[in-house]
Amino acid sequence: MSGSIAALPHRHRTHGQAIASESRGARLFLIAMALGFLGLLLVAPIVTVFIAAFAKGAGAYFAALGDPESLAAIRLTLLTAAIVVPLNLTFGIAAAWLISHYDFRGKSLLTTLIDLPFSVSPVISGLIFVLLFGAQGWLGPFLMDHDMRVIFAVPGIVLATTFVTFPLVAREVLAVMQAQGHDEEEAALTLGASGWQILFRVTLPKVRWGVLYGVILCNARAMGEFGAVSVVSGHVRGETNTMPLHIEILYNEYSFVGAFAVASLLALLSLVTLVVKKAAEWAVSEPSKGASELPPLPIKAQGVLP
Amino acid sequence: MSVAVNAVSKSFGSRDGAAAVSGVSFSAAVGEITTLLGPSGSGKSTLLRMIAGLERPDAGSIVLEGRDVTHVSPRDRSVGFVFQSYALFRHMTVFDNVAFGMRIRKRTKPEIKQKVEELLSLVQLPSFGARFPSQLSGGQRQRVALARALATEPKVLLLDEPFGALDAKVRVELREWLAGFQQQTRVTTLLVTHDQQEAFELSQHVVLLNEGKVEQAGAPHELYDHPATPFVASFLGGANVLKGTVRSGRGEASGLQVDAPAGAAEGDAFNAFVRPEDIRLVKPAEERDGVALARVDRLTRVGPSVKISLSMPDGEQVTVQMSRLEIDSIGIETGDRVLVDLRDAKVFVEDYAI
Amino acid sequence: MFRLERRGVLPGFGLSFGYTVLYVGLLVLLPLTALVVRTSSLGLHELWNIVTEPRALAAYKLSFFASLAGALVNAVFGVLVAWVLVRYEFPGRSIADALVDLPFALPTAVAGIALTTVYSENGFFGGFLARFGIKVAFAPLGVALALTFVGIPFVVRTVQPVLEELDDDVEEAAMLLGATRFQTFTRVIFPAIFPAVLTGFALAMARGLGEYGSVVFISGNMPMHTEIAPLLIVTKLEQYDYAGATAIASVMLGASFLMLFAINLLERWARRSEA
Repeated sequence: MSGSIAALPHRHRTHGQAIASESRGARLFLIAMALGFLGLLLVAPIVTVFIAAFAKGAGAYFAALGDPESLAAIRLTLLTAAIVVPLNLTFGIAAAWLISHYDFRGKSLLTTLIDLPFSVSPVISGLIFVLLFGAQGWLGPFLMDHDMRVIFAVPGIVLATTFVTFPLVAREVLAVMQAQGHDEEEAALTLGASGWQILFRVTLPKVRWGVLYGVILCNARAMGEFGAVSVVSGHVRGETNTMPLHIEILYNEYSFVGAFAVASLLALLSLVTLVVKKAAEWAVSEPSKGASELPPLPIKAQGVLP
Repeated sequence: MSVAVNAVSKSFGSRDGAAAVSGVSFSAAVGEITTLLGPSGSGKSTLLRMIAGLERPDAGSIVLEGRDVTHVSPRDRSVGFVFQSYALFRHMTVFDNVAFGMRIRKRTKPEIKQKVEELLSLVQLPSFGARFPSQLSGGQRQRVALARALATEPKVLLLDEPFGALDAKVRVELREWLAGFQQQTRVTTLLVTHDQQEAFELSQHVVLLNEGKVEQAGAPHELYDHPATPFVASFLGGANVLKGTVRSGRGEASGLQVDAPAGAAEGDAFNAFVRPEDIRLVKPAEERDGVALARVDRLTRVGPSVKISLSMPDGEQVTVQMSRLEIDSIGIETGDRVLVDLRDAKVFVEDYAI
Repeated sequence: MFRLERRGVLPGFGLSFGYTVLYVGLLVLLPLTALVVRTSSLGLHELWNIVTEPRALAAYKLSFFASLAGALVNAVFGVLVAWVLVRYEFPGRSIADALVDLPFALPTAVAGIALTTVYSENGFFGGFLARFGIKVAFAPLGVALALTFVGIPFVVRTVQPVLEELDDDVEEAAMLLGATRFQTFTRVIFPAIFPAVLTGFALAMARGLGEYGSVVFISGNMPMHTEIAPLLIVTKLEQYDYAGATAIASVMLGASFLMLFAINLLERWARRSEA
């Protein structure tokens, strides 16, 4: 759903000049409307980020990024991503393998649970961890006795971020695995390969673009998560502020250049994400060159075979 | 390696209760090609996959070379499997595909290189090692799949509709090649197909399946000449079905005399299966009393033979196949009235079911 | 040890099943259970009072209608964008196509401050609109705008594959039978894509109900006026009113599940219509 790279069907139609098509004028009008819509809502904001970041010149831009609190926020964001992404990667591969290769009771319940974070407000995603680990939470007293902090500390941020982003790798890899079928895995099995050998030699190479896109997307969301982290973080400047939270702080104190400077880094990351997605789509849908491109073997020499 | 399938059954979830395979038993002899033949849905692919270990039977057992492998993983069965879709590893070169099994078994590099090159020559793709599956034609991919399956020196080779996705001409050529190849290597081979011509050309032993059960098993000509059930008679060779009744110890169908089916009583209804090539037509010189004649509706020339559509006296439609020479020498044309001469008919008492 | 019934011969079931279930159990089930338990510990009476106080009602109303508005706009323009991307060739088509996913990839906070800046009264478009007396930022309209932004990919990406799958011949047949392009669209094409449009609409709406980051900057967060439900939860948490926060959260969760259920039905209907 919503843009998996495996969701591209093959073309049934002529792009561009179909016979049964609108008049040229109508086409131009529709294109203009569509691009206008996208321009108003998509292009304008992203362009604004960069314009506002450099509103006071490059010097102010880099100064804002070099601010100790900004640096701390960047460090925390990177740390969170460095923990969350690999963790969710292992889950994603395990879950995709499980769901695409086997049938079992409770399978649809499992897939529903995996899709859950998408349908839950990020604020609620944060709330549930507060209820579990917060001062008045279930494990609150236990944590206090052992002098451990989860909420209002880094572990809480990592947990909330993991929750919000864990479906991403799983869904992308699963979509690609299902689109490609598992004949090759069965062939490998008859050839004597063990489960791990099949995973590393056959499956992962096959689905690598799905994995890549899933990881990139997971990373972008992990770094950019706002609502859930906002609830669990405590907003302690220099300590429990990720980049998005820091952006909020700067913005609310009218440090616009600072806010947009940090925002520009995340905006850049999102643009890179889009580029990778395009590349992955292209790679997944164009794996084969026609056999006719190669000269045929001298059939007569060997006797028969086509 | 000999293969024995004993009373194997399998059903897939809720498919209105119908089982894919039901109580099937047969065996495949060492060094021969045995074909599992049948229409789609007959369970032949399921059976093959169970022999490979890619499906688990609900009941019964699979025995390979005297060893019960029903619960053994495909990995440890020493079988080679060739999929209808080839299932080549798309991200590996042809060389790596063929070498896969050996690399898993940790053979040495020189050993692998030698064996792969040997196999690629055997399947007549000697310089293709560096290519990718996407760069090969269907027939080439099929041969690579075969080489890959053979690389691990399996005791039995399983082919699941190997030529199904290929053009007619390619199919014929590969078929001939496979026959010669198997004679050379003498690998016990089990082939699944719905193409009876393929079954007859390639195999020494045919197991004909229908709706998950074995209809008949034996040498190809056995099934053709002595079909055991109406299904076998109609599946093999294309047949006319004439309905008849037993009268005075003889069978009478559409005005023609045939042997009554064994054990049939007076007045029993039966079906006579007559092959188009088992009918001869005679143009009567003069009208004979009381003998009804069939009328030639249409003549279609197909290559060297002629297909004749006849209307029998009782209205039944019959297809006859004769050579062009015969037609020309007898001088038959559309609209002619002819005498029908049955050379052979397979008769079965009519089933009350269906 | 009970035998899990399963189909599939490939090895690795035990490990992948165990790890997946453990992960999901710890990460999802456990925290959700905490929420459920917490909610049920409130008496029904108290729960009712909290979730029906005027401020909460105002927040639901805003979240609901703004999401609805955004999803409706996306239903219309999403089809338009999908149409243009699938059927026409023009310079920059690939870029536009890639850009559609921006709301999915861009952090909500960044989107939030950017949209506010563009549509506030000093902003590029905001200033333009202010001349007509239209206030976007710090008004409900701004909330709807932000939710429209957030929902763009949902309709476009659901409708695109369906449009791709439509063969030329159906439209050529209609043309030969004398239909105008408009008639062909309304009678032939639109019915074919309608299930997808509906699904995309529902997805956009569901997303909008829970959206936080993109909205809290542009809305101004004035209680009873531009305060969305998720923000209400955050406010209550900041005041350590766990009970209140939990109560509102369960209402939202209930709504989410309803939407999820509806979406599942829609997707199943859409799949059947395609067959």
